[in-house]
Amino acid sequence: MSTETTQQIEQRIAGCTVSEFRGQARVVVPCEAIHEALTLLKNECGFDLLVEITCVDYLNFRDATDRFGLVYLLANSATNERIILRTYVNEPDPSVPTATDLWRGANWMEREVFDMYGINFAGHPDLRRILMPEEFTAFPLRKDYPMQGRGERHNFPVIRRGDA
Amino acid sequence: MSQVDLPDDVVITKLDELASWCRKNSLWPMPFATACCGIELMATGASRHDLARFGAEVFRFSPRQCDLMIVAGRVAMKMLPVMQRIWQQMHEPKWCISMGACASTGGVFDTYAVVQGIDRFIPVDMYIPGCPPRPEQLIQAIMDLQEKIQREGTLDGKEFNTSQRQQTKRALTELPIMGQSTVIR
Ligand code: SF4
Repeated sequence: MSTETTQQIEQRIAGCTVSEFRGQARVVVPCEAIHEALTLLKNECGFDLLVEITCVDYLNFRDATDRFGLVYLLANSATNERIILRTYVNEPDPSVPTATDLWRGANWMEREVFDMYGINFAGHPDLRRILMPEEFTAFPLRKDYPMQGRGERHNFPVIRRGDA
Repeated sequence: MSQVDLPDDVVITKLDELASWCRKNSLWPMPFATACCGIELMATGASRHDLARFGAEVFRFSPRQCDLMIVAGRVAMKMLPVMQRIWQQMHEPKWCISMGACASTGGVFDTYAVVQGIDRFIPVDMYIPGCPPRPEQLIQAIMDLQEKIQREGTLDGKEFNTSQRQQTKRALTELPIMGQSTVIR
């Protein structure tokens, strides 16, 4: 990981912390600055590829202070560098600005995170569920959602012989 | 009563039996293969196991041409309405085989997204255990189904119009269904 990139982020984004683990750079950014950090990395540091957006629910996790950890994985396709960007959001309104204006591919990734965790991506053009059926109301990968669900999987009409 | 000698090449049977005999030997499966069991289903249709020997090799991907739905794999809750629609689009007489642990019970996938046994929502004639079942097991199920078809069929197919065949389904009568206080029927 080139040190210029991490230095540049540290200088330009207030309140961020940079660490490294097994050769991978990780940057924790305050929630308000996430869009600024993404813009900086894309436009000035050459991280042109958004690999993935995902999320972790830290409910009841030891020593955790925030509820949701949002993770952005970026890659620089010229130098093959990668960087991991993190930010934390909390209830009652977990919300971050969308990244679809930087990468159009962020559209479906953000829809998936919204579907599973209920994170609101402000400014997203089409924030609908992508995996679960539209009438589903819960956010199933939140830790307070029971693994067997709340009966949604049994909530269908029964078709018998002679009905069809 | 006088006895009549039949010529060697004449068989006497009931029309009902004849109809069932025709039905059972030309099953047209609808492959509803949603997961890994589908691979075994394909293997069953392929040359080594050769489902054609039992008259059931014509897999069709339009439900309107099929009379045997083989549900091979787990059915997600988003997929279930699709499966019901396909089942309703098939013409009577029709049968259903639930292939594998997942289709029959949900298998190891006891999660919010997977339906715990398709027989809660559509009628099933044969269950095949296994994860995945061997092609031989599927062939055995088809042979058993053929026997069942031979046993219960009538010429005008009036037996297909009753819900009677499904009434004893244990899953629909005894197993608790979460979120519903009353047991269905
Ligand atoms: S029963 Fe086993 S092989 Fe079949 S769909 Fe389920 S997990 Fe896959």
